[in-house]
Amino acid sequence: MWIAGLSALLSHWRRKPLQLATLVLGLALATALWSGVQAINSEARASYADASAALGETRYAQLLPREGEIPLARYVALRRAGGQVSPVVEGRMTLAGESWRLIGIDPLTVPGDVAPSGANIAGDLAGFLTGGGRVYAPPEATGALAQALDIPVLPADGIAPGVLFTDIGVAQRLLGLDGGISRLILRDDQPLGLPEVATLAPDLDLRRPEQGSDVARLTDSFHLNLTAFGLLSFAVGLFIVHGAIGLAFEQRRPMFRTLRALGLPMRTLVILVCLELLLFALIAGAIGMVLGYAIAAALLPDVAATLRGLYGAEVDGSLSLRPAWWLAGTAIAIGGTALAAAGAVWRVGRLPILAAAQPRAWARASERRLYVLGGGAAILALVSLTAGLFGSGLVAGFVLLGALLIAAALALPVLLHAFLTVATRKARGPLAEWFWADTRQQLPGLSLALMALLLALSANIGVGTMVASFRLTFTGWLDQRLASELYVTAETEAQAPALRAFLEPRADAVLPIWNIDGRVAGLPAEIYGVADHPTYRDSWPMLESLPDVWDLVAQGEAVLINEQLARREGIGPGDPLSLPGAWEAQIGGVYSDYGNPVGQVLVGLPHLVARFPDIEKRRFGVRIAPERTADLARALRDEFGLPAQNMIDQASLKAFSLQIFERTFTVTAALNVLTLSVAGFAILTSLLTLAAVRQPQLAPVWALGLTRRRLAALELARALLLAALTILAAIPVGLLLSWTLLAVINVEAFGWRLPMFLFPRDWLVLGLLSLMAAALAALWPARKLARTPPAELLKIFVNER
Amino acid sequence: MSVRYFAALLLAVFGATAHAQGFAGMGTSADGYALPQPGTEFAFPADHGAHEDFRIEWWYLTANLRDQGGTDYGLQWTLFRSALSPESNEDWQSNQFWMGHAAITTPDAHFSTERFARGGIGQAGVTAEPFTAWIDDWQMTGIETGRLTTTGPNFAYDMEISAQGPFVPQGESGYSVKSEAGQASHYYSQPFYRIAGTLTLPDGPVEVEGQAWLDREWSSQPLSEDQTGWDWVSLHLDTGEKLMGYRLRSSIDPPYTVATWITPDGTPEPYPAGALTMTPTATSDVDGRAVPTTWRLQLSGKNLDISAAALNPQAWMDTAVSYWEGPVKVTGSHPGIGYLEMTGYD
Repeated sequence: MWIAGLSALLSHWRRKPLQLATLVLGLALATALWSGVQAINSEARASYADASAALGETRYAQLLPREGEIPLARYVALRRAGGQVSPVVEGRMTLAGESWRLIGIDPLTVPGDVAPSGANIAGDLAGFLTGGGRVYAPPEATGALAQALDIPVLPADGIAPGVLFTDIGVAQRLLGLDGGISRLILRDDQPLGLPEVATLAPDLDLRRPEQGSDVARLTDSFHLNLTAFGLLSFAVGLFIVHGAIGLAFEQRRPMFRTLRALGLPMRTLVILVCLELLLFALIAGAIGMVLGYAIAAALLPDVAATLRGLYGAEVDGSLSLRPAWWLAGTAIAIGGTALAAAGAVWRVGRLPILAAAQPRAWARASERRLYVLGGGAAILALVSLTAGLFGSGLVAGFVLLGALLIAAALALPVLLHAFLTVATRKARGPLAEWFWADTRQQLPGLSLALMALLLALSANIGVGTMVASFRLTFTGWLDQRLASELYVTAETEAQAPALRAFLEPRADAVLPIWNIDGRVAGLPAEIYGVADHPTYRDSWPMLESLPDVWDLVAQGEAVLINEQLARREGIGPGDPLSLPGAWEAQIGGVYSDYGNPVGQVLVGLPHLVARFPDIEKRRFGVRIAPERTADLARALRDEFGLPAQNMIDQASLKAFSLQIFERTFTVTAALNVLTLSVAGFAILTSLLTLAAVRQPQLAPVWALGLTRRRLAALELARALLLAALTILAAIPVGLLLSWTLLAVINVEAFGWRLPMFLFPRDWLVLGLLSLMAAALAALWPARKLARTPPAELLKIFVNER
Repeated sequence: MSVRYFAALLLAVFGATAHAQGFAGMGTSADGYALPQPGTEFAFPADHGAHEDFRIEWWYLTANLRDQGGTDYGLQWTLFRSALSPESNEDWQSNQFWMGHAAITTPDAHFSTERFARGGIGQAGVTAEPFTAWIDDWQMTGIETGRLTTTGPNFAYDMEISAQGPFVPQGESGYSVKSEAGQASHYYSQPFYRIAGTLTLPDGPVEVEGQAWLDREWSSQPLSEDQTGWDWVSLHLDTGEKLMGYRLRSSIDPPYTVATWITPDGTPEPYPAGALTMTPTATSDVDGRAVPTTWRLQLSGKNLDISAAALNPQAWMDTAVSYWEGPVKVTGSHPGIGYLEMTGYD
């Protein structure tokens, strides 16, 4: 009975292959987008985890310098006081055309699990410590590196991408550091009676392992963004699945009754139906995983580039298959199917065996259903409003966003229904009245697809507006911020004064760009010295400031901070600020600093140099007439032999910054297009399935004298009308979404707020594209209708079911 | 700490596996390093310091202690130095590798710990004048009178030492031969320390006093390739006389034994190879290893026939290079106390 029952159930799909395709494809697409995003996220997180495990960041507490580096003498003093700490040197260097993070460890004091698992340091200790030393690299990179380094480069598994391991002494030599140590790992096995670290090293910052790495914290918001997009795509995909399952179950009502009448117990029927759905979920899930893998593999290089450009986080560009990912993908496919089919299966379970087997239009429009939708929309709108008014943090931002979108989607059928009701009342003439009434009657069948379209469109408008606003602001800001025409870096500290002397008579101004890295309010920050010059006074992008703030900065009475730091710490002009070197300063102003993940402080240059006389004094910004830039660069090269990378002109720096910017949003744009495609597909399938059901409704109208061509044209017009109305509704929703992204999500995720600009031309283009997509989707069923043989339509009256 | 990681690390330092080339690779080639020369006169205080052109060197202090309740204790403080290559270098690039071992033995417990460091940066080293030997916070300051400190995860000690007699050269005026093939080291001892101070144990501090023995030895190839380990004793006899003796085990030849009798005024009487016989009379199971923890010692010229039995047979140094090291009680013709060290039993 089980086999027979199942084969009877499955026979439906043999007869309706298109429905089957819709179901499987919808589910596969939903799974693909979701798991693709998850694959990207987990790959990136695995890379961060490798990198921080490599540094013992996740496992051990660490001691960090407040500024600069920890002197060797400080480390030795700590050891001689009994502290079991192990030194790490870290820095970036360019080898074989790529940027590498070079990590130097001391194998004699480091905890055994910090060194990369694949490196045989212990077995080759003399080689690792003495002579030139050794460098351990990810296996695939050793070939190129061997050419670039004068010491042996050995492959080792377990090294994060972009990371090189070597002895601390070798690292200091390669990085040109003079005995300084970047951080100290605090071992577990501290000796009996050792004083607290706070007493032992009051001059260093203690970071507990559970606080995680800076990179993981900085990139959290980026990954949450991606996840939100994945979820949105998944939701749109589920709309399709829900539609397809609903239709199939509606059409199989007679079959269910027949099976029950033949003696199949209800329990068995429900189990069979669930089995059938599980089968589809597994098949579609598998297809989805393959598609998702392809999507992730295609997008990962861009994501990696974004993360590197924005956060300096290294992510392996190649995707590895993780078992957890497969499991999660399959689970989400099954869960999604369950979610989409729950209603349908519930109705099967309550199917009265003796009721007339009369098919009804699937999910008939009823006042009650609209009330439910309207009520749901109102509640979600309230949730969204609450999150917006009282919530804080990124999660609240996404709750606001999600609730807003779903509320808008739920409200759509209610609004369309209201509109169509009004139109019906205004209609004159029988054909017009039938058209409006029939459109309204079809609304429930199409509403899911239209909701999907609304979601996709508003996401598109919202994200598009956000990106375009950001781009406009960013380019304007770059113009202000990159005021100098040429940026020059001396090759050595010794060369810098000569370079400056050479530049001064030839340029309008030579502005030192000197900075130290330190910790401000517990996180890494940059502290820059600025010369007192009109270049800054005229063009620095200030958001708020005390009066005559530049005079205050020049006198050393105030400092400027970037927006990120101000928002993160909730501080502003007039507030005090503790800087490295026990420097208590007052904040004089806040400026915008897009694209920078870390906090930044600007202080008067003489005051910075006075406090940190050892500051590196190699970089200068040169003000000069733009047309003379190339000549000056040439003169510098001839005079000092400066390599090209030490002289960067404003134009290439801008181009580089914009390139990073564009890459940041490549993934967003790609996901946007995918979501919109899924929505288009949803409309197509809805119209196709509706077309089949609608023959009984159209046949009488045809019999009354309307030609098939005319009917088809009306069908097309109806689809276009509904799409147009949805597009109109999507614009305000999209703008609201964009406002949320700019004013709430961006502030939380990146620490800056952006002004919003409107781009009506983009909406027009998007609207036209969507209309074309809807027209294309409607054209197929309309053509089918126009070509339906009259005999087919006549049959409707013959075998009225 | 990953024990296996450091075990491998130590083998790397000493160059090879224990069984192929003597215990802890001490039989590996000495190419490029200075070699011990017979007839070399010790020059103090300079020779208390490090001899970095030799491959291996140690400052090895052991002490027999007793608290006011009459309980016996043993204490060990050792600093090993090893050159990783013959080329010397500065700072982090230094070729000098340092290792510290420390332990306290009680009748029913044994605590041990270790430290590692490289030379060149000040984390570990030995200066001759004023004498300081240190690794991290472990220190021995002063060699005539001085202070000895160690901290570990579960114990610590802080002791005062003062020498009651002269430094004693071992072997032929400090040239100590280790095999028939002529492997040798420079070797002197200070067996006349009075020592007193505080042991910090998991149960709390204990005031103790007793006698200590310092061994100083440096070489570049102290063992021949076939020598697999040694059994070594330093004994404080009740008569005020001291006995140092060792037995080097070979995979092909019979054991090679050497002894030095030291009179109460510090005059050494070196005995030729074979004069001392050392015979294990009882074996203990230490974590699956069969370790001889009671020995019969006979020295023909002195009518000496004694038994040295471990205070705690489980005194295993579970360090990266592991061995047995602990206090012994001596009975027989010449009763006393002392220390026993045995390598190559794992």
